[in-house]
Amino acid sequence: MTLFGHAISMPALYGQLLIGLINGSFYALLSLGLAVIFGMLQIVNFAHGAFYMMGAFAAYFLLTLTGLDYWFALILSPLIIGAIGAVVERLFLKRLAGFDPLYSLLLTFGLALVFQGLFQNYFGASGMPYSIPKQLAGAWNLGFMFLPVYRGWVIVASVVVCLGTWLVIEKTKLGAYLRAATENPTMVRAFGVNVPRMVTLTYGFGVALAAFAGVLAAPIAQVRPGMGADIIAVVFAVVVIGGMGSILGSIVTGFVLGVVEGLTKVFYPEASNTVVFVIMAIVLLVRPAGLFGRA
Amino acid sequence: MTATVDASAATDSTGRNRKANLIAFAVMALLVAIAPFVAYPFFVMQALCFALFACAFNLLIGYVNLLSLGHAMFLGLASYVCAHAAKVWGLEPVSAILVGTVASAALGLIVGALAIRSSGIYFAMITVAFSQMVYFFCVEAPFTHGEDGIQGVPQGLALGLFSLSNPWILYVFVAIVFLFGFLAIQRIVNSPFGEILKAIRENEPRVISLGYRATLYKLAAFTLSAAFAGLAGATKAIVAQNASLTDVAFAMSGEVVLMTLVGGMGTFYGPVVGAVIVVSMQNYLAQFGEWVTVIQGVVFVACVLAFRRGIVGELAARAKVTL
Repeated sequence: MTLFGHAISMPALYGQLLIGLINGSFYALLSLGLAVIFGMLQIVNFAHGAFYMMGAFAAYFLLTLTGLDYWFALILSPLIIGAIGAVVERLFLKRLAGFDPLYSLLLTFGLALVFQGLFQNYFGASGMPYSIPKQLAGAWNLGFMFLPVYRGWVIVASVVVCLGTWLVIEKTKLGAYLRAATENPTMVRAFGVNVPRMVTLTYGFGVALAAFAGVLAAPIAQVRPGMGADIIAVVFAVVVIGGMGSILGSIVTGFVLGVVEGLTKVFYPEASNTVVFVIMAIVLLVRPAGLFGRA
Repeated sequence: MTATVDASAATDSTGRNRKANLIAFAVMALLVAIAPFVAYPFFVMQALCFALFACAFNLLIGYVNLLSLGHAMFLGLASYVCAHAAKVWGLEPVSAILVGTVASAALGLIVGALAIRSSGIYFAMITVAFSQMVYFFCVEAPFTHGEDGIQGVPQGLALGLFSLSNPWILYVFVAIVFLFGFLAIQRIVNSPFGEILKAIRENEPRVISLGYRATLYKLAAFTLSAAFAGLAGATKAIVAQNASLTDVAFAMSGEVVLMTLVGGMGTFYGPVVGAVIVVSMQNYLAQFGEWVTVIQGVVFVACVLAFRRGIVGELAARAKVTL
């Protein structure tokens, strides 16, 4: 099979589809975290990539310093990094509540520089290896391709966490409080709900989602200080394409764009790095508020 | 988000302002004149290029309240195009710089047309994404030579008369470009067009209701900002005799925000002061490696939390003038 002058082999196609789904898993988790934070705080968390990187490093430290393995890290790393996020919200972001949201953006941008610089200082540009847990080693033979078990696990874990978050926000009482506080925080406070605490916890939760993605990524990509900075621009494009307001939109767009990127690697590899941005430009022309966003 | 004195300042303060600006400009011109005798001229020239870059960025954030987090794309693209024009096409430096500037202005027009429909944080994210796209383009396009960049750019004879390989002539040339760019931006901001921009910053719906097409004004401001950023990048390519991925990378977009924030957003002299501080910081702290990034981040956080007016903004507020 040939297209645009490239010979396309089916195994390569399936392989890139799989890589696309995996990248999509990370895009979805990260853009979901950004959407959750944006919904409640009306800010763009520029430090999101840095928290993703710190999540991976937390897994690495848990293993090397305390011997706690991948499964502990999957729970503990989001808790630790999420707690750091909550502290950041309380110490810094809270003070900027009354100001133009651009200041909060600049603040998180500065924090991202601090975190990334610190890790680069101690670890350089090189990566730390983190091995795949033994329960998830090996590969399944699907007949048409081999699926490494760990990669299948990443996709499943991401889908479960994303849908779980969506269900909590859309279908539970806690989610109803959250949505209400987004619409009218003063009124919700008048009903006796501690909105400032909710804001802190929401920021912590969004950050924890990034850290969770970081732990998932640790065995696939190496644990590197630059891993967050590399992915964040694409995630921003994903958020712009999906539309800022929508939780489900950010999840769907994340997965779809991951797959589109994977397919581009097969059909037109030169454009694989830029395809997401090109799609963003087209979406901006047609629907400036994003595919799922409200104008 | 600017920290300038209210736009509707009393008319009797205009005289004060004019005087303060004259003094500030005289001090700056004097410093530009003596700087190469006290500091390493190459360093001063680079600082002047970055100062112009920051002034261009400030045109958007300071006077239209649009935060671009991808301005490196304009600096970097113009730098590449100018280097290519001078080296491969053999253009003399002034024409090469003009070609680079026009390339960035064109890119600004395209990106602006797409990004200007949104504002605030949405606008910021869109500029991040587009600059990343330009970065990947520069990594892969054959004429930029990827990781190597364009090296050994000839400085040549400006207008066929002045040999820029003479460091003194080069310094005068760069100083003229900087002062031209600085005064042009000041003129734009103080023109009727600039007044509309500031009105959009204060209350966009009202400007629209008065019959102005705010989107076109914003697009014009964005394109102008891109052009001046391009002028800075193209000049830098002639000064440094190279164009590399550093100038188009995301970190550069962050640095220009830092320069403007430290110096004072929405002030004419703030970006210049901020650029000199940030460039000196990088120069003198280079031995500390990645600590520079950490320090920059800390300065960022500190400025946002406690020093939103920046140095010049703070001085101007104390002296009750607009600088």
